Amino acid sequence: MKAGDRLPPLEIPITRTLIVAGAIASRDYQDVHHDPDLARQKGSPDIFMNILTTNGLVGRYITDHFGPRAELRRVAIRLGAPNHPGDTMVLTGTVEEVDGDTATVRVVGANGLGDHVTGTVTVRVPA
Amino acid sequence: MSGEPEVHEEFEARLKAYEGRPAAATGVGRDPVNEPMIRHWCEAMGDTGPAYTGPDAIAPPTMLQAWTMAGLTRRPERTAAYDELLALLDGSGHHAVVATDCEQEYLRPLRPGDEITFDSVIESVSGRKTTKLGAGYFVTTRTDVRAGGELAGTHRFRILKYAPAHRSSKPAERRPRPVVNRDNAGFWEGVARHALLIQRCTACATLRFPWLPGCTSCGSPDWDTVEASGEGTVYSYVVLHHPPFPAFEPPYAVGLIELAEGVRVISNVVGVPYDEVRIGMPVRLEFRPYDDELVLPVFRGVTP
Repeated sequence: MKAGDRLPPLEIPITRTLIVAGAIASRDYQDVHHDPDLARQKGSPDIFMNILTTNGLVGRYITDHFGPRAELRRVAIRLGAPNHPGDTMVLTGTVEEVDGDTATVRVVGANGLGDHVTGTVTVRVPA
Repeated sequence: MSGEPEVHEEFEARLKAYEGRPAAATGVGRDPVNEPMIRHWCEAMGDTGPAYTGPDAIAPPTMLQAWTMAGLTRRPERTAAYDELLALLDGSGHHAVVATDCEQEYLRPLRPGDEITFDSVIESVSGRKTTKLGAGYFVTTRTDVRAGGELAGTHRFRILKYAPAHRSSKPAERRPRPVVNRDNAGFWEGVARHALLIQRCTACATLRFPWLPGCTSCGSPDWDTVEASGEGTVYSYVVLHHPPFPAFEPPYAVGLIELAEGVRVISNVVGVPYDEVRIGMPVRLEFRPYDDELVLPVFRGVTP
């Protein structure tokens, strides 16, 4: 791995099931992540993915790519456009910096509305 | 909430006072790190990483926060300070919440059996920000997560507490569509071009409304139309208070309008308060669009 390396993109269909399963798996029962009526009352057109699921998907994207020895050290993400049901999020990544066995990867997850998530992941990949 | 800048400043000073105060004290994870929750997480995320199964399984590091989540129950460890801060924001109209940033560092892996404890501090409260969702305040908390008393990871979390910019308390409902058939199609074609057409029997010249296939006076099936002048009076009326049908907002007045031509038409009386509509009140026809497709004739009260 070296700076400038691009990770192959990962397409994630944003289904209602993924949003709800992710919310429950992360023990996040905020209504906007499972109840469309209450989400609409709060100004959202539909339910939307919670940040813990986004975080989990970003982590998965990195460990899928770097393989079984990869150890996540740090994941820092910022949310932008929400992930609504029916959309597709495409995760892309670029290695920004390599220090010994540790890489910093810039990750962007774009959906039909724009960038859902931008962030950096620090991952150690022991030889 | 007032839009006056000095009011914001005073409010922001009250919010700022919460910086540095604990948000959660000696929280205890609801469950120890465990295989079923790891499996549910991996299934949801589609994560087939081999590190998360088998006898030496670790939990996905990104689950760090999940072990601290209260679930459906309220967090007993949440401090009065944090509750107060949220109540202050709720009370000022910033009742909606959305998480915006998450920053986690992992110091050591979590394994099934690890007992989780955590402490959280209110790190910062932003000034008032205008966002696409609405105006509000960013609240950042920092949580230290321990396993068996040892620091296993830290977690910085930022939420936006905001007043929704475009609140839709209920989805917009559309008025019921009129039934258009061969007998009355001509009437609705007239309405579409803002003309209220009355049928006239070509045999006996009797006007009739609503539209019917034959003359109610002589029985003739032959007819033409005349266009209403639009002048009329309230012949009778009711005020609907209940029930509140979708797309209708009671109370509203429904009038039986006697047109200058002598026939009577039912429609809404508009332009005067519902409780000021009276029998004999002069009204004038107008055409009101209700959505992209639907235009209806209504009658505006003419105040003398």
